[in-house]
Amino acid sequence: MINIKKLHIDDIKRYAETEYPYECCGILLGKVETNKSKTVEQILPISNAQEDKHKHNRFLITPEEMMRAELLARKNKIDVLGFYHSHPEHLAVPSDYDLDHAWPMYSYIIVSVIRGTAENFTSWELQQDRLKFSSESIKEGD
Amino acid sequence: MAISILIPTALRQFTDDLSEVNVEAKTVREALDKLTETYVDLQKHLFTDMNALRSFVNIYVGEDDIRQKEGLATTLGDNDTIMLVPSIAGGTTAVVG
Repeated sequence: MINIKKLHIDDIKRYAETEYPYECCGILLGKVETNKSKTVEQILPISNAQEDKHKHNRFLITPEEMMRAELLARKNKIDVLGFYHSHPEHLAVPSDYDLDHAWPMYSYIIVSVIRGTAENFTSWELQQDRLKFSSESIKEGD
Repeated sequence: MAISILIPTALRQFTDDLSEVNVEAKTVREALDKLTETYVDLQKHLFTDMNALRSFVNIYVGEDDIRQKEGLATTLGDNDTIMLVPSIAGGTTAVVG
């Protein structure tokens, strides 16, 4: 389960709408609880580093952005919990491309954006066998 | 040289949940070899069968990407920090319009 404030959900949806028809992306920072659930404390919007011609259906976070996020997380004594990205004109479910590039343990939040409006908001975790994602429940807080 | 290796969340399941591992090493290769000798399951996530660094794994010494330095042969100073950084990408297969 991932705990995330409504404020952060709204920020992610707003960013997804702003970047439409391109995909947006960002990094989730927070804590892994003793029961392995995650609590988001900070979101980092990241500029999609894909080439313009691919941004409508691909996102890329550069290694340097990731390195800086890791340093920020450690400085604040929290962790990189996962990532978010949008699916313009597509369901909020992971694609085969998402699966090919996924890492275990992280949460992958996906927001669908249909005709410029953010709609469904889902979260996923890669299964240990890497064969598919499992849906992760989202607990929305104030 | 005393070296700290910072482990990203995705790989901590292979390091007994440790976020940082300390080793003695003079090069990045030596440091990663010592890391994977202790945590054997990490080997296949960091290196190919040909023992080359996987393309979707990035290694930083301090804030420098080793691919811009001497790669795995990059030499280390005392108290240097190595960070393992996963490449992150994704997206749909749909085409708008």
